[in-house]
Amino acid sequence: MADNNIRNAKLEEVEQGCVLYNLDPIIMKYHYEVDYIHSYAQDSPFFAGLAKGELKGSRCTKCGSTFATPRSHCMTCGAPTEWMDLPLTGKIHTYTTCYFGGQEFLDETPFTLILVEWPGVDTFFLSRLVGMAPEDVHIGMEVKARFRRLSQFKPTDVYFVKA
Amino acid sequence: MRPVYMVAGGITKFSKASPNKDFRYMVKESFDSAMTDVPDLTLERIDGSVVSYFSDHFTRQLMAGIMVQDYLGLTPKPSRRIESGGATGGMCFQNAWESIASGRMDVVVASGFETMSHVNTWKGNEFIALASDTNFDYPVGGFYTGYYAMMVKRHMYEFGTTVEQLAAVSVKNHKNAMHNPYAQFPAELTIQDVLNSEMVSDPLKRLDICVMSDGAATALLASEEMAYKLTDKPIRITGVGTGTDAMRMADRPSREVILLPHENPEDYKDLKYPGVHSFRGGRVAAKEAYKMAGIQNPLEELDFVELHDAFTSSEIQTYEDLGLCKYGDGGKFVESGAADLNGKVPVNPTGGLLACGHPVGATGLMQAVFAFWQLQGSIGKHFGGDDALQLKNPKRGLIHSHAGTGTYITVSVMERGF
Repeated sequence: MADNNIRNAKLEEVEQGCVLYNLDPIIMKYHYEVDYIHSYAQDSPFFAGLAKGELKGSRCTKCGSTFATPRSHCMTCGAPTEWMDLPLTGKIHTYTTCYFGGQEFLDETPFTLILVEWPGVDTFFLSRLVGMAPEDVHIGMEVKARFRRLSQFKPTDVYFVKA
Repeated sequence: MRPVYMVAGGITKFSKASPNKDFRYMVKESFDSAMTDVPDLTLERIDGSVVSYFSDHFTRQLMAGIMVQDYLGLTPKPSRRIESGGATGGMCFQNAWESIASGRMDVVVASGFETMSHVNTWKGNEFIALASDTNFDYPVGGFYTGYYAMMVKRHMYEFGTTVEQLAAVSVKNHKNAMHNPYAQFPAELTIQDVLNSEMVSDPLKRLDICVMSDGAATALLASEEMAYKLTDKPIRITGVGTGTDAMRMADRPSREVILLPHENPEDYKDLKYPGVHSFRGGRVAAKEAYKMAGIQNPLEELDFVELHDAFTSSEIQTYEDLGLCKYGDGGKFVESGAADLNGKVPVNPTGGLLACGHPVGATGLMQAVFAFWQLQGSIGKHFGGDDALQLKNPKRGLIHSHAGTGTYITVSVMERGF
């Protein structure tokens, strides 16, 4: 059995400090970051489609409802959906230009967000519009999809420009 | 269901940052302030609590709800945490209502808080945007002001709503808060000040958007028997309603307009609904609450409304969902002065989120506390003697709490019980 060694017992001292803003009360900064292992699961074919230059939505196998952003089950009747190809040109349903944003996207400001609509498709698709001055964008404008050459497997693998 | 009453409320002053008090301390402060008004209520007579906060990211403390319960001295009684995005506070209130209505409890504490000062505003916007779909929405440029900007663009296109009408909401709510000592951002503004403020997401400008806050609020709810023992001025909760919609605003197929009792199908012959211009969940919540409270025409039967104005645009959209005016007429409604402090139905008479702040988990409870004081006629007592915001003899008020792009919405109707 090992001997106890209380006389020399100590937590190791470390040469790491913290950023301290204030003493009363004590306000300090620490860093918080994680690597997250995410699966697109049943939505994976959508992202794989973007890498092939295809834009995929969903069509209900039972009631025929159509969805511009894919979902594996119908929100109207609950039946399974099948994949459908969306046209690569559509119209702007609404838009905005963001001059501010969350930290992750601050460097990209200003950027323009649009919802794309297609005739006969029951819902819209959120994307970025590129290459247009904010004041020249308008509801009803025809837009066409472009795809990144190097896929990131994110919804921004597709974006839109004026048709 | 048993009748349910609110017997007291308390709130902290909302502020940009409150480093001297952590979330437990802030809730305790709001709790003690409520308890002061019901001296016969002891900890022993409280049956349990509901504690609400929105974001684990802001708090960076899981199970913070039980830490509040513990700090308030309520362990080992029942407690649970409620979370539903921006509507967290309103949902907490309704969950506490259910505890009493079901007969499970006779006195319940509904407390909520948020501590948003722990990250800078940019990071805060990122945290909030995590309450949008993280596969399809967030990565495109996750930013809630951007989502609301797209909604109001369409509202302007469909109905002719103007930026001046949006600005009128900001002017009204900031001005009301000048007499609210709990408000974070009271201000005397002009329409031009709002229009000249920094553009954030076209057409929403800095002064069209609420601020991030630290704060807490508490509502004490009780059964009828306990309510009249504890206070001679209880306020009865006569209607609750809750609605939902698809997480993504892009995912809402057009349906028929859901009609309120005073509306006709002909009012909306050609309206694609909800589109992205209207909150179907808000309409459903209102309809359920009106039915329970026996309200036929909200404009005629409500004395005031405290609603979720995270953006000036959402206040205008919400007038319509609540049926204070027809869909499409929200801009004209605010312009007419109907929502002013001395208007037909004062909306956000205490300043709303725009001027009071929006510490998310506390916000819906803040509305309950202000509505409670209005109905009691005790605004002056609770606002340091300033009763400028006290409405004359209000009998019935409505509170409205709202999440996401209209994903969870609660509407509760409160009436004078004395």
